[in-house]
Amino acid sequence: MRRHRAVVALVVLAAGSVALQAARDARYGTIADDARMMYLQSGEVAGRLALEYDALAADLYWIRAVLHYGGDRLHDPGTGRYELLYPLLDLTTSLDPLFQIAYRFGAVFLAEPPPGGPGRLDQAETLLKKGMAASPGKWQYPHDLGFLYYWQARDYETAASWFQHAAGIPGAPEWLGPVAAGMLARGGNREQSRDLLMRILQDADHDWLRQVATRWLRQLDALDQMDRLDEMLAEYVRRAGRRPASWLELIRAGWLPGIPADPAGYPYTLNTTWSTTRLSPDSPLNPLPEELAR
Amino acid sequence: MYHVALHVFKESVRDKVLYNLVLFAVLLMAVSFLIGQLTAGQDVKIIKDLGLAAISVFGLFIAIFIGIGLVSKEVEKRSIYALLAKPVRRQELVAGKFVGLALTLAINIAIMAAVYFAMLAYYGWTEPETVQRAWEAPAADPRLLKPIVLIYLQLLIVNAIALFFSTFTSPLMAAAFSLGLWVAGHFNADLRAFDTVVDAPAAGALGTALSYILPNFASFDVKSVVVHGQDVPLGFIGMNAAYAALYIGALVIASAMIFARRDFK
Repeated sequence: MRRHRAVVALVVLAAGSVALQAARDARYGTIADDARMMYLQSGEVAGRLALEYDALAADLYWIRAVLHYGGDRLHDPGTGRYELLYPLLDLTTSLDPLFQIAYRFGAVFLAEPPPGGPGRLDQAETLLKKGMAASPGKWQYPHDLGFLYYWQARDYETAASWFQHAAGIPGAPEWLGPVAAGMLARGGNREQSRDLLMRILQDADHDWLRQVATRWLRQLDALDQMDRLDEMLAEYVRRAGRRPASWLELIRAGWLPGIPADPAGYPYTLNTTWSTTRLSPDSPLNPLPEELAR
Repeated sequence: MYHVALHVFKESVRDKVLYNLVLFAVLLMAVSFLIGQLTAGQDVKIIKDLGLAAISVFGLFIAIFIGIGLVSKEVEKRSIYALLAKPVRRQELVAGKFVGLALTLAINIAIMAAVYFAMLAYYGWTEPETVQRAWEAPAADPRLLKPIVLIYLQLLIVNAIALFFSTFTSPLMAAAFSLGLWVAGHFNADLRAFDTVVDAPAAGALGTALSYILPNFASFDVKSVVVHGQDVPLGFIGMNAAYAALYIGALVIASAMIFARRDFK
């Protein structure tokens, strides 16, 4: 009997604590301090504090970096977007200097222009150079840095030099050398970009890298589609003698089967003043690489 | 000595020490289930890291919290009188206590390692080949046995330290000293380089001397290296094993000497 009473009391108290928490949260919301800050900034200090569990501490900071990036990408925090991404990755790689994906993932997303990333090629470069110092035999780091210079900065000379550097490391794919030479000779164009991205997609050993390369390829496809639509619009203006007021006009005239959509499925916007095509502001393919746009 | 060792092992089983194995298995399974969504493809690395850290932490708790009671508990419970009345030498009693806890640790670590490898093998079996290609090393990489062996050797030293303090101080103090030495043992390299940061040659020499006297636990830590698929030479493990044997031998002898001189009247 006494035992039954104890069990009932236990259940009542436990259920009461759950109900009370729910009531408190419903009434007051979260008052807890959600400051976006890092208590530990120094990798050396963190390493000392972690004793022999530095790899596990690196994993925790890695998870925090992924959550920080994903959280800011999904929900705009207002100010200071992605501001902890570099410090978190720096700490992760200080605790575990061989954490390859932290350098590669970090660099790609640090260099990504807003809203997909902070657009900090300088931080991406610092992180990859740290990786190169920790593992000089990894061709992936100079390769990634070369590609970021190629894709985000359109600095073909610097990009080619990093591709050359990567090509000189044993185990690097054979296509790196010719790509670097072609980059120096021709600069940037869509064909070369597509060729390079297809190679990255084929060689990608991580899902996130495949996703990034696929998105970049879709951006190139969108640029091609927009070019074709612009040519069609120019032809329509020439034949009809006026600018179309909307896509519907072209659909009714039989020029289009429906409202054209970008490779991500978002309808293109028609600029009625100039009769040109633009990406929808909501499209995840924004921003398009400017230099390859026309 | 054999009987004393067996008694220590049986007592640890009675104390439900093996319950930690269930906790270990649940922890590993829960983590592997939860982290998949959070780690951008690093789940196998994190399971490896966490498994090795858990083996080390669970083992450390067993080594310290059972080790500190090996002698002092017998004194507190006054069962030491019955023990000493038997035809067993005090030195044998101390050595038997050490061997008994070493056996408990060995069985615990062996079972945890088996669960760990089973978990990793299952992970490797369920993941598609395209995902596995991104891994720096196979999931159930046999090289992971090396850090586990080194963890065991490290825990044997901790066991000997706890036993040493257990022979002359209270369990609470013995736990504090053992934990303190375990932490200090990870800063060995800093102590050795002390002369480069201080001007006083005497302080530098003292730091260097302490670095050789204190247990060097940092050299037993190869967990992160092996998880990244890099190998650890067998010679390195052999040298560490020899170091552990010498250090443990010295501590057990010191413990036996102190215990032999104690007056329990």
